[in-house]
Amino acid sequence: MDQVPVTFQKRKKPRWQKMSPLSYITLTLVGFISVFPFYWMVIVASNGNEEISKETPTLLIGPRLFEVLGNVFVANEFFGAAMWNTVFVGTIVAAAQVFFSSVAGFAFAKLNFKGRKFLVLFVIGTMMLPSQLGIIPLYMLVAGLGWMNTLTALIVPALVTAFGVFWMRQVIDAQVPNELLEAASIDGAGVFRIYWQIVFPLILQSGFVLGLFSFLAVWNDFLWPLLVLNDPQQFTVQVAVNQLQSAYTIDYALNLGGAFLATAPLLVLFLFVGRKLVSGVMDGAVKG
Amino acid sequence: MAGTTERSAAAKKRKPTNVFKSAHPNKPERPKRGKKSEKRLATENGIKALNPKWGYTFVAPFFVMFLIFGLAPVIFSIWIAFYNWDPLGDEQEFYGFTNFTDVLVDENFWIALRNTFSIWFFSTIPQMIMAIGLASILRNPRLKGATFWRTILLVPNITSVLAIAIVFGQLFGRDFGLVNLALTYLGMPAHIDWIAEPLPSHVAIATMITWRWLGYNALIFLAAMLAIPSYLYESADLDGASKWQQFRYITLPQLKNTITFVLIVGTIGGLQVFAEPLTLGGNMSGGDSRQFSTLTLFLYEQAFVNNRWGYAAAIGIFITVIVLIISAINFAITRQIASEDNNK
Repeated sequence: MDQVPVTFQKRKKPRWQKMSPLSYITLTLVGFISVFPFYWMVIVASNGNEEISKETPTLLIGPRLFEVLGNVFVANEFFGAAMWNTVFVGTIVAAAQVFFSSVAGFAFAKLNFKGRKFLVLFVIGTMMLPSQLGIIPLYMLVAGLGWMNTLTALIVPALVTAFGVFWMRQVIDAQVPNELLEAASIDGAGVFRIYWQIVFPLILQSGFVLGLFSFLAVWNDFLWPLLVLNDPQQFTVQVAVNQLQSAYTIDYALNLGGAFLATAPLLVLFLFVGRKLVSGVMDGAVKG
Repeated sequence: MAGTTERSAAAKKRKPTNVFKSAHPNKPERPKRGKKSEKRLATENGIKALNPKWGYTFVAPFFVMFLIFGLAPVIFSIWIAFYNWDPLGDEQEFYGFTNFTDVLVDENFWIALRNTFSIWFFSTIPQMIMAIGLASILRNPRLKGATFWRTILLVPNITSVLAIAIVFGQLFGRDFGLVNLALTYLGMPAHIDWIAEPLPSHVAIATMITWRWLGYNALIFLAAMLAIPSYLYESADLDGASKWQQFRYITLPQLKNTITFVLIVGTIGGLQVFAEPLTLGGNMSGGDSRQFSTLTLFLYEQAFVNNRWGYAAAIGIFITVIVLIISAINFAITRQIASEDNNK
């Protein structure tokens, strides 16, 4: 390298400053604030109401966590059913979103059909519309179809989203090389086979991230299930948590115990898939 | 040619990951950025060898469901807005523009509008500055534990607004809340009623929103920063530009589109805030004196508490118009800045 005569041709990495301790302090602080509310849930749920109403509340985990969590299941005997309902709805919605979005995204990214550009712009344009705009007619539609108080009311309207299609189009455009599809086509593979055997396996990572986000959206959705469900056996987890709040006296321990139960599964899930979500968010970012 | 047959043969053996690895040895999910422009040209026309007619079949399932459950309700709500629509009655009375004019003279609408913008301001602007700051820390290649920091920042984003609003409602409690307690320790007058007072309640709600979205937006900015070509910094280094100058004259201008994107998404999201105030207040009125009633919460209150569907639909149309106007202003401002930069 030293023998290269013209030095300015050598590519230098930009000189990065050393990380200052201040940067690490900032990150630690933000990280602490990011997880503190979860810790606080546990503190309150494990100590009970009296502990936290003191002049200086404790910051340590108390002994009563399982007692309080048990109380949640007593206060709402269908809490377990609600968690199961949510997993059921979330899994179906996630799978459907990945499938329908990737199929449509594939067509938008790689198939040169007439009106494609217009349809893509159309899909993007609808993403600008606030989602609550159509909630009353959707409510009427779901009622008219006889889906009130069933999980179908949660599943069917959530099967496709404009965002999912838009995202999958971006992903397939960027990650599936054209040459591969051309070659497969020359070798006689049909469009369906190309989608299923080439495109789908290539985008599995991003599809997984989309599925996760869809699942999280179902798990965390709150208003729509509250509107269309009224039988506690059909509740989703957020509605069940909300139900704990409706009591006349505010029972913080019980509320936060419910919140903990509604959050803990996600945190466990996050331990395994957090890194994938991070790269998913960053891949989907607008760059430049 | 030999290469392509090899590839497709491998594809037939259902080993597409290997095929892909031959093209991108490191990470299949991240194609090299330099090739992007080439690829864009290649896909502009789609794959010639594939029959384009299949495109309609492939997008049909999405469009059918999207039209029925996404778009048709939106269009029908415009219809409803012109009626005095009673969900229990059989015949709906045509109202013309009465719903719209009623909204404009409804004091509660203006309160909700004020609250929405106040919350939007407190949640968007500080958050964006902090997110860009965090991203510039995270982008430093010398940062230790980069993956850990990125991951932990995303934790707030996955949890439900409801669960978090319950926690924050407690933390912001007037008498035993940890926030007031902490303020007392810092020597500030700390009997702030974070729920009953308008401005503090906006700050409390904005804190929840910021807490939830800060890490997410930091990652968006981080991705954008990593995509800035490094030769810009190299030449700035050679010219002796300071770190701050590099940030001001390279990083910030390069982030323009991302800033617009985050602003627009944040505004659309901000105008739809309802879960935080709903949970904080426990009902749809948004606090005892409507101090944190937001536009969307107001819509839901009219629709599902007062059963005024036509009126609620009219509110929804106003929200949409506001969203579109703000998005247009955002676009215009960014374009203006962009052309100014080009003229320099």
